[in-house]
Amino acid sequence: MTDTEVFLQQVIYGLSNGMIIALVALGYTMVYGIVELINFAHGDVFTLGGFVALTIVGTLGAAAILDPATLGDASNWWLLVGLVLACGVFCGVLNAAIDRIVYKPLRRAPKLTQLVAAIGVSFILVNIALFWGGTPMKVFGGGSAAAASKDFPELLEGSNLLGEESNVVLRLEDVSVFLITIPLMIGLTLFVRKTRLGRGMRATAQNPVGAQLMGIDTDRVISATFIIGGFLAGAASVMWSLYNNTISFQMGFRAGMDAFTAAVLGGIGSLPGAMVGGLLIGVIRAMSDQYIETRWTNVVVFSVLILILVFRPSGLLGMKQREKV
Amino acid sequence: MSAATTFTNTASTSANTGATPLLEIKGIVAGYGRVEVLHQISLTVNQGEIVSLIGGNGAGKSTTLMCISGILALRGGEIHFAQQRIDGTRADKLVARGLVQVPEGRRIFPRMTVLENLMMGAYCRNDRAGIAADLEKVYALFDILKLRSTQLGGTLSGGEQQMLAIGRAIMSKPQLLMMDEPSMGIAPLLVTKIFEAVRALNQEGLTILLVEQNARAALRLSHRGYVLETGRVVLADESKRLLVDPRVLESYLGE
Repeated sequence: MTDTEVFLQQVIYGLSNGMIIALVALGYTMVYGIVELINFAHGDVFTLGGFVALTIVGTLGAAAILDPATLGDASNWWLLVGLVLACGVFCGVLNAAIDRIVYKPLRRAPKLTQLVAAIGVSFILVNIALFWGGTPMKVFGGGSAAAASKDFPELLEGSNLLGEESNVVLRLEDVSVFLITIPLMIGLTLFVRKTRLGRGMRATAQNPVGAQLMGIDTDRVISATFIIGGFLAGAASVMWSLYNNTISFQMGFRAGMDAFTAAVLGGIGSLPGAMVGGLLIGVIRAMSDQYIETRWTNVVVFSVLILILVFRPSGLLGMKQREKV
Repeated sequence: MSAATTFTNTASTSANTGATPLLEIKGIVAGYGRVEVLHQISLTVNQGEIVSLIGGNGAGKSTTLMCISGILALRGGEIHFAQQRIDGTRADKLVARGLVQVPEGRRIFPRMTVLENLMMGAYCRNDRAGIAADLEKVYALFDILKLRSTQLGGTLSGGEQQMLAIGRAIMSKPQLLMMDEPSMGIAPLLVTKIFEAVRALNQEGLTILLVEQNARAALRLSHRGYVLETGRVVLADESKRLLVDPRVLESYLGE
């Protein structure tokens, strides 16, 4: 493998992982933009998305899906789209329910109270995932111990799209990440720019009381934000599970940490910021894994974060808060 | 307090020549946390009037408006708008009914363009033709907004932002326009322009409740006025009488 090929390979890995991180980061940044809450439970909503995905796949019969004869069939693409939609809806509803039950009564409470509540929700969700990984998962033969990682089946054919003789590997899995995440991001951008509810969201993020005085039902806007953020996390969880071929009750912790870092890096509250931040974190991770050393990767990622925040405290694309009086 | 009651009566009998009350506030009590800010405030705004609400810092002027707009919940009393009781109604529902506020500090959307800000005012409306007509009306009233229509709201000067906030409120098709300190922190020339616009809007038939610290300007513009002190109405009369009232002169007109 030549140096260029090694580099290209890392770019492919980095961008695919980055797209997934970006989807999760959008959920952090949207919720923060609207209610100024770092939703610590967001990563764990993502985890449960992965568990729903594996449960669905298991119910449908993993054996049939794993049959080498049908790998790469169009039916598997439809299954993938179905999983993305199902897990998206599940996570969206879960996220909105969490907001309704836990965060909404605390809306006027001090920020610290809300933050601690979010951490509490995170613990609850992790333990639900832990329970889910035990007896319920055994039905599908998904590992013995509750805490053990569960294999997620390869739904797509694994051969190299660039040809068997190419050293750089591009699989359907890599492509599928882009095919799923890019339309979601475009859809989100159009939604926020063009629709009435989307404009209501932007207004609420920029001035909540001003938005209410324009006749915007801010409660509805907040619910919609949690649903959309959750949907993206659910979609991301399917892509992540497929890409890594494994799920565990802790998968949301790692992904959530990366995504939160990406959101802050890009400028928390900014949608393009979260997308750019996610891609950047993905690529930095891949490059560090290759050219420095895997165990230094977290150090590299957070060093970059600190460096950027020193020079641009509001993140790469974040808006400086300037109030004119 | 008995004096205040008398004044309220004289004001409502002398000023409204058969006019129908659009907004009636009856003994509202409100506050933040353990602090009660409004102690039984009553006031009336009749159809077609400009009514000013003057008073010093912390008198409860803005709090009164926030109660009317449904942002702050009442602890007592009633608010009636267009013969219907509205206290307890959610803020966003009141806008659709024509009760619109230009809040203190403008509260424009800084990362939206001027045009987008104006269109946010029409959030509750579906009548495309009416919205387009009102947009032209706003541009006619404040031509600078048309010039700056693609600029971000946050980049406007304070006075321009105030015009934007007023324009945005007009886009909501108000029956009653409540304005909170439209002259605050704005260059005197622009204040004149804004007050002229308020007068023009009123002459077209818009009812206005104006909250101001600039008592002289407000009283010159309005038909009737209420003076608020520490959460109570202490004076209420026709504006021209308040302008020469020794108590108002001493406390608010600096003479």
